[in-house]
Amino acid sequence: MSLLADNISLHLAGFDLLRNISLQVEAGKVTAIVGPNGAGKSSLLKVLTGEMVPTQGQVYLNNRLLQHWSLLDKAQLLAVLPQHTMLNFPFTADEVVGLGRIPHNTGLSKDREIITEALDLVDASYLQKRLYTQMSGGEKQRVQLARVLTQIWQASHLGDQFLVLDEPTSAFDLSHQKLTLDIVRQLADKAVGVVMVVHDLNLAARCADNLVVFDGGVIAAQGSPEAVLTEALIDKVFGVKSIIAQHPVTKRPLVIT
Amino acid sequence: MRHFSAPSLIWSLAILLPVAALVSITVGTVDISVSDALSALTGNSVNTQTQTILFDIRLPRILLAIAVGAVLASTGAVMQGLFRNPLADPSLIGVSSGASVGASLMIVTAGGFIQSGALLGLSLVAVGAFVGGFAATLLVYRLATSGIGTSVTTMLLAGIAIGALSGALNSLLSYFSDNDMLRQISLWQMGNLSGASWTKVTIMGAVALLLIGLFPRESKALNALLLGESEARHLGIDVQRVKRRLIVLTALGVGVSVASAGLVGFVGLIMPHIVRLAIGPDHRWLVPASALAGATLLVIADSLARIVVIPAELPTGILTALLGAPFFVALLLQQRKDM
Repeated sequence: MSLLADNISLHLAGFDLLRNISLQVEAGKVTAIVGPNGAGKSSLLKVLTGEMVPTQGQVYLNNRLLQHWSLLDKAQLLAVLPQHTMLNFPFTADEVVGLGRIPHNTGLSKDREIITEALDLVDASYLQKRLYTQMSGGEKQRVQLARVLTQIWQASHLGDQFLVLDEPTSAFDLSHQKLTLDIVRQLADKAVGVVMVVHDLNLAARCADNLVVFDGGVIAAQGSPEAVLTEALIDKVFGVKSIIAQHPVTKRPLVIT
Repeated sequence: MRHFSAPSLIWSLAILLPVAALVSITVGTVDISVSDALSALTGNSVNTQTQTILFDIRLPRILLAIAVGAVLASTGAVMQGLFRNPLADPSLIGVSSGASVGASLMIVTAGGFIQSGALLGLSLVAVGAFVGGFAATLLVYRLATSGIGTSVTTMLLAGIAIGALSGALNSLLSYFSDNDMLRQISLWQMGNLSGASWTKVTIMGAVALLLIGLFPRESKALNALLLGESEARHLGIDVQRVKRRLIVLTALGVGVSVASAGLVGFVGLIMPHIVRLAIGPDHRWLVPASALAGATLLVIADSLARIVVIPAELPTGILTALLGAPFFVALLLQQRKDM
């Protein structure tokens, strides 16, 4: 099963934001999207999650048109972490994380258990009773990550689940960047399909099963990081000269600029 | 850090409100002892004057204060959540300014007819206020709603625009009114519970119960909305439907409140804010706790309004602000110290 964009185009206010995009986010795989600013990465995420309706083309969630899912069923299958969240009310961390359980009916004690585990997973247990409004950027981002994790914590009888992350590591230090990649890998191992926009090519190369390079509203290349990341492509898309080496330990491509 | 747990605050208020109401019933131009009041309320006979004061004047007035206070504060909590702005107020959606125009229009045009003119036992001013408030809200909502949904930001701006227009119409009406009308208009705008009647209590009470019954169903959606509209949609919330419901309920609640008690300011803005400082923004607790706190504040304010300038009375709206504002400032200072 998959989250599938079939020949998507998006025109908005006279601009072609996306042109003929076809992309399959497979369950159990990590799909990373990279590309210059304004290439259409976030627009594609908005189309994939149903927030924007494409001008042309369709999105399918587990072989069923996205707009045919009820809001509640969709919420049990598809969790979305935006780049920024405008929460400015003094919830405690566990209350924010608990919002991820809204689509579910598992009862208070089960929810509490999941919330505690999720906070622990993102290394935010110490934040549990702290006020969200008084946290640092990285702490807020980890709490939000825990929130979307609780939304797809347990497998659903409705089908495969998907996690959409828009620059999840932008506010993170090195250790929490690594932690995020580990979490993403664990989820993929549990058959969750993950799609994430990232800016760091090496981060993308390290975690992606499928690497998608966006440029000017079209897909410039997609496939395994080894196949996609070439010096010519990086020069063409980002306008930056680079050397592609191999990571001595992970054997993944390493972009040196 | 939180200062109170939500259940303990709700229990304290649930005890405080009846105590305040009981004390309130005994005070005023004529003092009635607590034992007399209790025996009359439990059905025993007391002298006719006490009987009249209790059942025709004080009891409806206190019940009206409870219902109006609960409605203003709970709709305030709901609007602050919906607009994701802790300084929002039910009047933001245009209901108070529209009601003001409706009331002034009635006072100026109906003139001498005002004393006798009545509809279903309500004064024409009340009917005018309700119609004006509801019409203004409808207009604000229409202005902010397009094919893709209702924009909260546009609604805020539309509310300000309609508020300014209403202010101008109000000034125009005041300009063309005589001294007596002018006094009536400005007294109405201060907010006053002295016009309480059993008809008003029945209507207001029914609306209050409706709101208190329906708001809990939206509290999870309101919590999700604090994250943002698209985040709430990703959590399975039908945002457009929730917005429409809450705006209609608020317009109804505030419209009827303003019609029965005039513009009682402060309760809708500050009470939810104070309650949020104490127990946090979870709407499952915030909305009922705000309702109780608003009811309690209005009962206390109205009791004071009756006794500070005996034998005359002050408009209740003056007291709510005089009581609440310093308390709020104290809380803000406390919070600043904690940080």
